[in-house]
Amino acid sequence: METRLLAGTELTLWRGTTLLFDALSLNLGPGEALLINGPNGAGKTSLLRVLAGLTVPDGGAVTWNSRSLQAALRTAALRLAFSGHSLALKPELNAHENLNFYARLSGDPERIDEVLATTGLSDCATLPVRLLSAGQKRRVSLARLLLSDTELWLLDEPQTNLDTAGRDLLEQVIATHLQRGGMLVVAAHQALDLGRGAVTRLTLGVN
Amino acid sequence: MGLLRLFGVILGRDLRVGLRRWTDATNSALFFILVVTLFPLALSPKAEALRAIAPGVLWIAALLASLLSLHLLFRSDLEDGTLEQLLTLPYPLGWMLLAKITAHWLITGIPVVVVAPVLAITYHLPASALGILTLTLLLGTPTLSLVGSIGAALTAGLRGSGVLLAFIVAPMMLPVPILGARATDLALAGENPTGPIYLMGALLLLAVSLAPVVAAGAVRVSAD
Repeated sequence: METRLLAGTELTLWRGTTLLFDALSLNLGPGEALLINGPNGAGKTSLLRVLAGLTVPDGGAVTWNSRSLQAALRTAALRLAFSGHSLALKPELNAHENLNFYARLSGDPERIDEVLATTGLSDCATLPVRLLSAGQKRRVSLARLLLSDTELWLLDEPQTNLDTAGRDLLEQVIATHLQRGGMLVVAAHQALDLGRGAVTRLTLGVN
Repeated sequence: MGLLRLFGVILGRDLRVGLRRWTDATNSALFFILVVTLFPLALSPKAEALRAIAPGVLWIAALLASLLSLHLLFRSDLEDGTLEQLLTLPYPLGWMLLAKITAHWLITGIPVVVVAPVLAITYHLPASALGILTLTLLLGTPTLSLVGSIGAALTAGLRGSGVLLAFIVAPMMLPVPILGARATDLALAGENPTGPIYLMGALLLLAVSLAPVVAAGAVRVSAD
């Protein structure tokens, strides 16, 4: 059977005159999670963007099964879900319409109602997203993640604005994803319980 | 997912967003109406004079209206993270951008094409030239949107980029109003306008096949 491995080798990234990370290597297999810690400005988001193929590192490369990440993404050999600071929601559209767009591009539009119920958004699914609270918007973004059928999740501070119930839901959703053999990279500076799975911790910004 | 369905999904979403932000959609057409109606006030209300300047005025106004709306093409998608999402999908980015550009043209370009003949009547343009004017606008305004998308993609991440964007793309756009006005002039003089019209068709095909690919490269840089 083919090995499924996401690997970053000797990653180096400069932002202006600041060296964010130098010769950073990491491996991630099915069911494994990587938790990135570090103070503000340490490069957590930048590392996630490198792993998503959005930023090209100044040195090193990200590979999926020894192929370049770009090639793997283009041919859908690897499918990833990226959830960044920007939630990628259109304020003029309601939660259902926003989710429908992404589900049709990558996921299953049939499950929207079910996922809206899971994330506690059934009552506000027909309101324009601009009327939702910050926490509710974050829940819509979590619902997008649930709808996507991707194996690699890249989450940037996913707990932001979520209430206690929302955080519990997030941890539960992540645990299910890992149990199914999914992979996860998450940047967080708050405590996040990733369950009993294989969790690697990486702290940026310390020499 | 098939490429046609992909195109439809993105086009449908952008049209829906565009129609809910209807002020963006009407701004272009209102600006076009404003520019075109101001010229007779400043120049001369004589039918002869108006008829002579009509093709040039209408076409330059269409160019300005297109430039005015271009900065909106990718800005909100870059700011709200939609472009990041599109970039991580296993689909050709140029094709997805072509769907976005099409939606943008349908929202901002079509209203201009629709009001232009009405305004042209106030310039005493005869019916024979009205058809040609509309045809050239129909062929030319999508080219303007396509060529403009390159500049819009390059400047999406910059603050206050409106004028810079205009300077980048206006030189590349100029052949379109020149040919469009020329074709209308020829029709006005009772001559055969097919030459410039064929050229405009060729420019449109060139823009459709090249601009989205170039814009895709620029979007990748802007989103980095």
